[in-house]
Amino acid sequence: MQINEATVKKIAKLARIKVTDQETKSLEGELSSILSWVEQLNEVDTDDVEPLTSVVETTMKKREDVVTDGGYASRVTKNAPLSEDNFFVVPKVVE
Amino acid sequence: MPDLLDLSIAEAREGLDNGDFSAKEYTESHIKEIESANKTLNAYILETPEKALEMAAKSDERMAKGEAGLLEGIPLGIKDLFCTNGVRTTACSHILDGFEPPYESTVTENLWNAGAVMLGKLNLDEFAMGSSNETSHYGEVINPWRREGDDAKLVPGGSSGGSAAAVAAHLCVAATATDTGGSIRQPAAFTGTVGLKPTYGRVSRWGTIAFASSLDQAGPITRTVEDAAIMLQAMASHDEKDTTSVDIAVPDYRKELAGKVKGMTIGIPKEYRVDGMSEEIEALWQQGIEWFKDAGAKIVEVSLPHTKYALPAYYIVAPAEASSNLARYDGVKYGLRVEGDGIDGMYENTRAEGFGDEVKRRILMGTYVLSAGYYDAYYLKAQKVRTRIKQDFDEAFKDVDVMLTPTTPSPAFAMGEKSGDPLEMYLNDIFTVTVNMAGLPGLSVPAGMSASGLPLGLQLIGKPFDEGTLLKAGQVIEQAAGELPKPTKWWA
Repeated sequence: MQINEATVKKIAKLARIKVTDQETKSLEGELSSILSWVEQLNEVDTDDVEPLTSVVETTMKKREDVVTDGGYASRVTKNAPLSEDNFFVVPKVVE
Repeated sequence: MPDLLDLSIAEAREGLDNGDFSAKEYTESHIKEIESANKTLNAYILETPEKALEMAAKSDERMAKGEAGLLEGIPLGIKDLFCTNGVRTTACSHILDGFEPPYESTVTENLWNAGAVMLGKLNLDEFAMGSSNETSHYGEVINPWRREGDDAKLVPGGSSGGSAAAVAAHLCVAATATDTGGSIRQPAAFTGTVGLKPTYGRVSRWGTIAFASSLDQAGPITRTVEDAAIMLQAMASHDEKDTTSVDIAVPDYRKELAGKVKGMTIGIPKEYRVDGMSEEIEALWQQGIEWFKDAGAKIVEVSLPHTKYALPAYYIVAPAEASSNLARYDGVKYGLRVEGDGIDGMYENTRAEGFGDEVKRRILMGTYVLSAGYYDAYYLKAQKVRTRIKQDFDEAFKDVDVMLTPTTPSPAFAMGEKSGDPLEMYLNDIFTVTVNMAGLPGLSVPAGMSASGLPLGLQLIGKPFDEGTLLKAGQVIEQAAGELPKPTKWWA
């Protein structure tokens, strides 16, 4: 599988990572070679095989839908690069 | 009195209980050793001597009252992937600059409740993505081992390179580590230490920074198999806060060590005899087989036909889960923030500057395989292949108790030797990754030395939640291998 420059730029945009032209070039080669290598999976017959969802057979645990934690907004926002009155501050999103 | 730094957990616990030395003295000796060695080895990225001494003093108080826990007064190194309350935790990534968690991971909480002492936070590959500890934002870890007659710097393996190097160089008696594709077992093999990856769900993942959630599992790196049993005992628990943590009582692993291997059946998976396997690895494996025969175990060949597909499937599943898990690092809630044009510009600049090359590569790979139109061809296909891999193991384990394989295809390699080609680096995990794909427990035990004078490990693979049998079998290798050489202390 060969991926081109436009695809690298597109997935970088989806992943919200800015890439330089030089990075795009090397990523093109690296991702293409990894994708070619994983193509060998097509040799495996997976008709009638369910995808693995859990390695250990367990029933999904359930709990009461009640509040068990919280009430300390200042601790939650303590590590934020920018916060005000216990809110996270972000660049303007809505005009 | 023997050098305190050379004691195992079991020996140190006995010495502490007998009053031969105090927890304070034991911790101080480690702090002093770290001070002199860490500049060179770079195993710790954050030393916490004051906290360690405070914790040791409390241990001494508890012991005086006759209230010693399982790990009372035992000084540990903590991989910097475990969140520690109020103590900087970064996953060795620039993007988590200065992050001080306001909570404690379940694993470390369990260890402190058992009386352990924290010496500091250990280096790792950024977000645990790597097999050589060369991708850390805080610089490479140097392997305490060197080739005979050669002072080239070798990698300690990864991602738990700091944990393995610290244990091998006696900068802590044991360390926590995590394993997503081999990150406990491969560095253990490269440094002559014991590395245990428990069954998925045995140890809580809560508060451990996530890489690939369906594969990640925490475990210990130690110098003896008995110590691995003691550490797992303390680390394992059922945790309400992790829905994948399994509600099965934690057995007394040390008691299980006392059992016999006579009459056990050891499986040798024939697909692990890969093309181009080096003679010394082949010979080591054969030696392991002989040891088990001598111990009265039965050896049978087993087949795991989908072995060769585990690594390519892993390189779809792990990056896919990583791309999703690492979406949270956006410059808003913690760590680094680089301003830009609007909110998207801020996200893009923060993530461009905050993540290293290998992490970016995996996020992009994961984003690609999960993107519209490709999900079925890649992610779904890989998860189906994973079912096949698991079926192989289920089938083979009908006839055997544990499986024996080499841990790695080679001994430790030199810095920079494989960092130019991602694919070549990935092949390091060829023998370990199947275990994560099937959620099984795996144990690497030092078994011999390479011609170049470096440690080599053998891997044992167990049935789900059968760590007891795995450890018992591990002791066969440990006892048969006898006293192996120690690294010469060139760094002091």
